[in-house]
Formats: sequence, C-alpha cells, structure tokens
Amino acid sequence: MTSLTPAKDILPPPTERSTVLGWMKKNLFGSIGDTILTFVAGGLLLWLIFAIVNWILTKAQWAAVTDNLQLYMKGQYPASEDWRLWLLMFLLALIVGMAWGIFLKRAEAVGWVLLIIPVVLAVWLITLHRESWWRFLVVDILAMLGYFLGKRYPKKLARPTYILLLLYMPLVILVVRGFGENGFMKLVGTNLWGGLLLSLLLAVFGIVFSFPIGVLLALGRQSKMPALKTLSVIYIELIRGVPLITLLFMGQLMLPFFLPAGITIDRVIRAVVAIIMFAAAYMAENVRGGLQSIPKGQYEAADVIGLSGWQKMVFIILPQALRAVIPVLVGQFIGLFKDTSLVALVGLLDLLGIARGILANPSYIGRQLEVFAFIAMIYWVFSYGMSYASGRLETTLGVGER
Amino acid sequence: MSNESSTKSGSVKTGEPIIKCEEVHKWYGNFHVLRGVNMDVHKGEVVVVFGPSGSGKSTFIRCINRLEEHQKGRIIVDGIELSHDVRNIAAIRKEVGMVFQQFNLFPHLTVMQNITLGPIYVRKWNKDKAEEIAMQLLERVGIPEQAQKYPGQLSGGQQQRVAIARALAMQPKIMLFDEPTSALDPEMIKEVLEVMEELAESGMTMIVVTHEMGFARAVADTMYFFDEGQIVESGTPEEVFMNPQEDRTKLFLSQILQH
Repeated sequence: MTSLTPAKDILPPPTERSTVLGWMKKNLFGSIGDTILTFVAGGLLLWLIFAIVNWILTKAQWAAVTDNLQLYMKGQYPASEDWRLWLLMFLLALIVGMAWGIFLKRAEAVGWVLLIIPVVLAVWLITLHRESWWRFLVVDILAMLGYFLGKRYPKKLARPTYILLLLYMPLVILVVRGFGENGFMKLVGTNLWGGLLLSLLLAVFGIVFSFPIGVLLALGRQSKMPALKTLSVIYIELIRGVPLITLLFMGQLMLPFFLPAGITIDRVIRAVVAIIMFAAAYMAENVRGGLQSIPKGQYEAADVIGLSGWQKMVFIILPQALRAVIPVLVGQFIGLFKDTSLVALVGLLDLLGIARGILANPSYIGRQLEVFAFIAMIYWVFSYGMSYASGRLETTLGVGER
Repeated sequence: MSNESSTKSGSVKTGEPIIKCEEVHKWYGNFHVLRGVNMDVHKGEVVVVFGPSGSGKSTFIRCINRLEEHQKGRIIVDGIELSHDVRNIAAIRKEVGMVFQQFNLFPHLTVMQNITLGPIYVRKWNKDKAEEIAMQLLERVGIPEQAQKYPGQLSGGQQQRVAIARALAMQPKIMLFDEPTSALDPEMIKEVLEVMEELAESGMTMIVVTHEMGFARAVADTMYFFDEGQIVESGTPEEVFMNPQEDRTKLFLSQILQH
C-alpha cells in the first residue's frame, strides 16, 4: 500500500523566472545557428523598416493624396452638403460611445486609440490649413459624452441605444440622399456618391441585408419541405458558381436590356443588390455549418418542452449556431468589405474607383504607390477594426460555454 | 401487499389508463426495433423499463412523445392518439415531460432561462409567474442558488436536476426518463435518484428507463423487462426480482445484480 501524499507536500508550480536577457538567450541566441539566423533576420527587418520609413518621409510625393482628401472620403458629394455627413458622424460617435459605456463598461486601450485617431487627423488638417479640423474634435467629445452617459445610466439608455442603432441605417440613407429639388437637404444623386462613403455604404448594406437572407437560405436548405429546399439549393449553388464581378457586370450592363423602356434602376442599387445576392449565398453555407454543429439533443429538448418550429430555431438553435460561426462570418464580412472595390471595375467611384480616377489625372502621373498605399491603409484600418470587434464579441458571448 | 390493486405510489389501477400502447411496431430501415409492445400505464403509476442495450427500451419511450415515430399499432396518451396530426403531437408534448441521458440543457441560457422558456412561450405565462414557479422547482430539486448560472458551470448531477425542473415547469401529467443517471459519475447518481423518488411519491406518472435496480425496488409499481424489441416479462418489483419467470430475465438480472 503506497502512502498518500501528505498535505504539506502539495507544492505550487515552479515559477519560471523570465528576464529580457534570459528570454533572448533562450529564444534568439540558443545556439550558433540561432545566433546567425537572428542577426540575418534582424538585419533584414531593420533594412526593410528603414527603407519604408525613408520612402514615406523623403521619396514619396503625397500631393496626390493630400490634394484630394475630399474626393477619397466622399467622392463628388457637394461641399455645400458636407454638414449632413458630419451630422451623421456626430450621431454615430454618440451612439458608439453610449453602446461602449453600456455594454463594455471599461475604457480599453483600443478606446483610447479610437479617441486619438481623430485628434491626429485634426492636427494633420491644421498643418494642411483645412478649416474643418475642429469637427474631428467634436466627434471625440460626443463619443466621450456618450460613453459617460452610457456608463452612468446603463439601464435607462440601453433601450434608446438599441432603437438608435436600428434607426441609424435608414437615417443614413435619408440624410445622405436627401429629398426635394433644392433648399434644405436637397437631393444628392447617387452618381455623386463616392470614395470611402460609397465603399462603406455598399459594405454596410451588403452585410446587413445579406446576413438575414443568408440565414433564411440556410434554414431553407435544411428544411424538410422539398420545394423550399430545392429552391435554396439551386440559388446557393448557382450564385456560388459565379464570380462577383460577373454579377456586377450583369447588373450594370445586361439588366438595362431586360427592363422595359423608361424604367431604370439606380446604378448603386444594382451594385448593392448584386453584392447582397452574392454574399447571401456564401453566408448561407457558413450558417449551415453552424446549424450542423448543433447536437440532435438540442432539437429534441426543444421539441419536448413544446416549442414550435420557429421558436426552436429562434431561441435554441440559431443563437448557438451563429455563435459557433462568428469568426467565419466576420471573415466573410471583411471579405465583403474589400470585395466592394470590384464596383470600381463597373464604373462606380468607390474608394478604389476614385483612386483610379485621380491617377488618371496627368498631374499625378506615376504616383500609384502613394495612392494605393493610402487606400490600402484605409481598407486595413476598417478590416482590422472588424476583426478586433469580432474577437471581443466572441469573448463576451463565450459566457457559459460548454 | 394486502391490497392487490393499490400500488406503492398510491395510485389505483382502475379506469382508463393514461398511456395505452397497443401492438406498437417500429423499424429502422429493415431492422425491427419494436415488435408489438403492449403497455398500459395508469395515473400515478411508476413504471421502470429495463433490459439489455439495443433492446428497444429507449426507442419505445421516445415513441410516447413522438421523438420517434411508430409505424404500426396505436399509442394513446391522455385520450389523444398519436398520429401524423401535428396538433395532436403538440398537445401530447404539453402533457409529457422528458429527461434525457445527456441532460440536453440549453448551454447558451441560464438555468432560470432554461426552465422558464417553455412556460413563457408555450404555456404563455407571464415572466414573473414563470420565474416564481421555476424558483419553487429549483428549491424542490435542491439547487435554488444556481438559478443565474449557465449549465456549463454546474456538475452533471446538478445539470440533470435542472433538466428535471425544466420538464416539471411545464406541469406535465407524465414524466419520461431516458436513462437519467447513465451519464453521471457515481457520487452524483444518488442526488438525482432522490429527486426522482420524491417525484414518484408525489403521485407523478412516470416511465423510467434505468438500470438502477435499487431505485426500481424502492419506487416502481410495475417493471417491464425488454429484450429484442419485446416485453419479455412484467410485474411488481417483488415478482420480477424474487421470482422471475423467464430465463432471459433471470440471466440479465444475475448479470446486473452481481455488483
């Protein structure tokens, strides 16, 4: 009979003493080979950083970017109506601030970064002698105001925040587009929408509409009703077999031939519908993956407490299925955001379209690198933002996972 | 027992049975799982179904609330015959609660939400009433302090007790238990069996698929031994344990009672 371990012998795990030098010795200079590799790789890295910084500061000519900031941001949207876009920005800052205060409660590092960006932009605009710099500071102030309000009155403000978030999308369309021939909030045709404004609108509407359609298609594909199932499968497989650019071309060039004379559909709407149709098919397949990951027992448990078919889906299956595929869905959202740049090929002036337009201007010949680096950075900032938000969402929703 | 018609749990076997199964057959493809099962269960009766694995006992009780479909014969629950009619299935599921081997709690909902979901959306109670009754049930199964936790934070025994509370919250007339202790660690089996014993004593009509022979001896009114899709032998626990008639019953009992 072996004796049991006496209590006093239960030891804490050994602590690994880690100093910077110790870590370096272990990981970078462990052997002669490691040391050589470290120097070679370090040298390359330093050379690369130096080359890039040198290019940014001395070689690059940023006039193609700085001269046309307005175009990159909003295309040919009339300057007299800029205040409408800023109004929407202010409102968004307030809503995001409130949501942050209510749901996240903590001021995190990323929050500070988000607050610093407008300040940096404001300073930059001052050096360029643009007078709109103060508007960025208003964005910051409103965001902070929203944050403190949300933190102070989380219960009272939760519902208004939800409602504002829901109303924001239709409000954006109403305000950006406007109404009436002239005067207050006069109509601004979609042919004048462009730049980042158009890219974001395409992406946001693409995401917001393709998501529910994708969920419905996924449910349709799982359905026991043969007609519904067949239709869903045909739609999904048909769309997935076609590149997005084909759909965009069909929408822009072929659709007008099929419409009766006199009826035209707005070009931006044709593009956004093509994006939604395309994304929905992929969304459906991702959601289906989530649905299939739910054990049969969950369906049975929902059945035996008497939930109806749709109650079972809404309360039990979809919440779990969608949570399981958040990383995949966000990956797809990011892809969709970047895919909106394809509309440039059918003649819409989104961020990429504007960049191509600016490069066609003889005074900016040969400035491709600067222009594309600039818009790449913009795409990256938004894509990384989505990626980060998805990470947060996963942690927040991870509560009580098995 | 002095009075043959009165049973351990106090029910009296008279009148129409609350569950009536006549010649129930079921096939999985070509495999004949249930081969003519007849069973009457009266109000308040506690039935234990046991038998070797693959004998069709789980399939049989899953037919009673239509998780599985029988293909021949009749099943009548509380006066309603199970058929393809969706309304009948819904009506029967309202009256029949079920507890699974794998608990099948909803992992994304708190214990309280797990229990009140059915009452709020199927029974249409308001939230306050549903939560009040849920708290009473959690006290009855002995874990009121866990109400706001998620299933993943509970032990297996606690999860199964939540599952029982969830089924009871619908105020069913009949409770089905499909091997409720088979997935539990030994030290947690007792806490679940105690809850089930209390439920049996309160007069609930129960059909329990289990190999817990101590439980069967203590609370069962009738025991059914299943083998190869048929009821081989049935009777009171005394009859089945002390004086089994069939060789297969004797063999099975000797195998599971050895330890």
